[in-house]
Amino acid sequence: MMQDQFDLTKLIFGRLGWESIPLHEPILIATFLMVAIGGIAILGAVTKMGWWGTLWRDWITSIDHKKIGIMYMILGLVMLLRGFADALMMRAQQAIAFGDNAGFLPPHHYDQIFTAHGVIMIFFVAMPLVTGLMNYVVPLQIGARDVAFPFLNNFSFWMTTVGAALIMVSLFVGEFATTGWLAYPPLSGILASPSVGVDYYIWALQIAGVGTLLSGVNLIVTIIKMRAPGMTMMKMPVFTWTSLCTNVLIVASFPVLTAVLAMLSLDRMIGTNFFTNDLGGNSMLYVNLIWIWGHPEVYILILPLFGVFSEVVSTFSSKRLFGYTSMVYATVVITILSYLVWLHHFFTMGSGASVNSFFGITTMIISIPTGAKIFNWLFTMYRGRIRFELPMMWTVAFMITFVIGGMTGVLLAVPPADFVLHNSLFLIAHFHNVIIGGVLFGLFAGINYWFPKAFGYKLDTFWGKVSFWNWVIGFYLAFMPLYVLGLMGVTRRMSHFADPSLQIWFQIAALGAVLIAFGIAAMLMQFYVSFRRRHALRDVTGDPWDGRTLEWATSSPPPDYNFAFTPRVYDNDTWADMKKQRYTRPLQGFTSIHMPKNTAAGFIIAVLSGVIGFALIWHMWLLAGVGFAALMAAIIIHTFNYKRDYYIPAAEVVRTEAARTRLLESHV
Amino acid sequence: MSEHHMTTAHADDHGHHDHHEHDDHANHGSLKSYTIGFILSVILTAIPFWMVMGNVFESSSTTAMVILGFAAVQIVVHMIYFLHMNTKAEGGWSMLALIFTIVIVVITLAGSLWVMYHLNHNMMPGMMHDGTHSTHKMP
Amino acid sequence: MSDITANTVDALNADPSARYYVREHHPQNGTLLGFWIYLMSDCLIFACLFAAYAVLGRNYAGGPSGAELFDLPLVAMNTALLLLSSITYGFAMLESVRKRLRPTMAWLAITGLLGAGFLALELYEFSHLIHQGAGPQRSAFLTSFFALVGTHGLHVAFGIVWLITLMFQLKRHGLIPENNRRLMCLSMFWHFLDVIWIGVFTFVYLMGVLP
Repeated sequence: MMQDQFDLTKLIFGRLGWESIPLHEPILIATFLMVAIGGIAILGAVTKMGWWGTLWRDWITSIDHKKIGIMYMILGLVMLLRGFADALMMRAQQAIAFGDNAGFLPPHHYDQIFTAHGVIMIFFVAMPLVTGLMNYVVPLQIGARDVAFPFLNNFSFWMTTVGAALIMVSLFVGEFATTGWLAYPPLSGILASPSVGVDYYIWALQIAGVGTLLSGVNLIVTIIKMRAPGMTMMKMPVFTWTSLCTNVLIVASFPVLTAVLAMLSLDRMIGTNFFTNDLGGNSMLYVNLIWIWGHPEVYILILPLFGVFSEVVSTFSSKRLFGYTSMVYATVVITILSYLVWLHHFFTMGSGASVNSFFGITTMIISIPTGAKIFNWLFTMYRGRIRFELPMMWTVAFMITFVIGGMTGVLLAVPPADFVLHNSLFLIAHFHNVIIGGVLFGLFAGINYWFPKAFGYKLDTFWGKVSFWNWVIGFYLAFMPLYVLGLMGVTRRMSHFADPSLQIWFQIAALGAVLIAFGIAAMLMQFYVSFRRRHALRDVTGDPWDGRTLEWATSSPPPDYNFAFTPRVYDNDTWADMKKQRYTRPLQGFTSIHMPKNTAAGFIIAVLSGVIGFALIWHMWLLAGVGFAALMAAIIIHTFNYKRDYYIPAAEVVRTEAARTRLLESHV
Repeated sequence: MSEHHMTTAHADDHGHHDHHEHDDHANHGSLKSYTIGFILSVILTAIPFWMVMGNVFESSSTTAMVILGFAAVQIVVHMIYFLHMNTKAEGGWSMLALIFTIVIVVITLAGSLWVMYHLNHNMMPGMMHDGTHSTHKMP
Repeated sequence: MSDITANTVDALNADPSARYYVREHHPQNGTLLGFWIYLMSDCLIFACLFAAYAVLGRNYAGGPSGAELFDLPLVAMNTALLLLSSITYGFAMLESVRKRLRPTMAWLAITGLLGAGFLALELYEFSHLIHQGAGPQRSAFLTSFFALVGTHGLHVAFGIVWLITLMFQLKRHGLIPENNRRLMCLSMFWHFLDVIWIGVFTFVYLMGVLP
């Protein structure tokens, strides 16, 4: 009988136990208390204000691309705080841990921090922010009312969020992986990492990965099928082009990640031999396959921002983008070439001269189309009437910073050089240089640019500039020393150093990190102050920047249906063209509009996926089985729902458009 | 209302998708095309099985090349006769997606084989690939 | 107020802005293209599994090889079942175009049974291998074999679940456009699985027994 009872506990709780809660880690206890207090405060506020109904009806179950886009942005910004906290801790540790001083983070903890930092920043900050921008903007830019598959869109968002939730849960229940953000075996195999950390990693990414893949399919079909009449491919805005290529990359690369992580989890869970050291396994195969995903991934991150820069440069130079055709070709070439460079991430693994040379050459070639883009932006600015609003400031900072980072990339592309610099701080400096300089600065440019469209008021300029200067100066202080350290031979992912002469560089880097912290704080301040001053900062016309593309034709924020009548397109920079021809909005003749309905199915299916993930991590087989059955049931039940749409009555359209007319007239 | 000319030729709201239905599915095939496809597939399957089970060629690599060739042809047969693949479907986007996927698949397969061959050769020189010999059992 | 059309000359003269919008716009349905693109991504998952098999497929670790394990007549039988199921699905589609619900359902049922037969044989093969000590943990060759063939089998299983669900939905709603779209998607899925199987029986089984 005792035996049975013991087995029942194992069946229900797997390897979860009281010892899984890290009560002996003061940093985690403190974090938990902060999260708990913050969480209770937010939940309390929502309850007090009676917002649960709105939250459920208008946001959680929303299939509106605009709402989903905003939710992605919120997810990304919240996770930025977590990922940056990890960064601060690493900088602090590396600034003080020299000689006898072991710092405050033991290696096992430090290793989880740098792993989590990488995973969070790539998968749960950069990807959601980029996806959020594309989700919000692309349908508006092509004159559509929503994406091709609105339900899938909602589902994709919740899958990403559930993945992020699993990562957050790993802080307080169990631990996270200590393997670095790509979890190479054999370190990530069951023998070297038997505990739950790598499993959290695997399931968080598998779940989020499904969301990302479906989002990729969604946006491709949207762009191909739902463009306004007259908008041929070569009349699409550049941001839409870069979004199309990004989503092609997503669909063509994320399956590889799914397959590789599945193989790793089979090795861990049932003892197969894909990547083991014995019985014929080959861990180099993992490195090879994961970078076949990994390189396209970094282009997934940067291409949308190249699109943002094209829109911003052209708008704030009051000039048509120079070299539209070459921009499109450059983007497509980058998309294809990104599949031919992956080995440059492991030149030192030993594939030899012929293989290394091939990939070194392709890596150098791929920098050329990006260079072409930079020249096109500069030529657009030349003789333009440039306005240095915040989006343009971020763009100029990008141009300088990203070019430096790109150049160090070409340097690393030379295999003999890479043999010295691989996995040194030089590499860390390079990729932060391009990711912060390119992706993050681009996101800030995009956020400042499109915020008025989404919320109806501009962001406060003063705090925006405070944030900008702290970020830019902070970035250079934080990462230029790392180039120096890397050239001196310092390896990445170290939690302690013996050579005291290195310390000054780390201290400068830590100062840079503190400035970046001020930059982030200033950005949060910017959001807060803008909200308080929203009446003064109001975007009345819907076109605060004298924009050139269709999203600026709508009100700020746009109505649920985006466009009362679908636009007809004749030229690039459609909205600029319409303004030149003295376009006036239609004031009558509105009909009812066919729209998709909100649904809870996406949220439910995603939450069930999360439960199954958690159960698999902790070997709670019963819960996993039950969860899986519930998942299949939920999916099948959803497919029996054939009533997924409704009509916005013509009268409501009339009212909404009339309200806009009144607003426009009252502010002339 | 008689002037009311729509961009597509139908009247009901919730039926919009009906009409597109006919334009959208390019091809449903016919009894004849499915039968041809089936017969071709049977032949293209039977021959490789016969070649291997009957030890038709002396050299393994010849056999391998030939049956891979048959597989490629049969895949094309399936694409044409069962999946109705053509350059018109979805305005050519289906074909473009297929070609792009094939390119990526070839890069993944060929690239991985090339890279892994070199890695194994340089870094694991003791490993025999048609290993009937022992491999070290790690503790 | 009278509805003015957006495209007549009168309208243009009356309101030059009218050329910049259309009053009624029905974007094309993207389901078939979307599903095809999803299928392309599924192709890539299989490509990775094929790549793993290509790299690891001769690493027997002193254990049994394909020549020793594979039962080619069984595989031929399985191939026949799957190929037959492809054509029976084709017949189901032909009936659906002719708007004949009962024959459509009948051919779908036959397809499902053939698919189930395929799975049963495959499960038999797998259990036999495992009983012989040639399970997925024995060597990298067997790991990659089970992963590739098993993933294909899982896809077939999901296809059968989908097929059964769709039969219920056809019974309830008939051959409405939405169901026709779903039939087309399942059709693509089903044929795609047969395409993958061509790769499997050629590359894994037939080549696997070659010395």
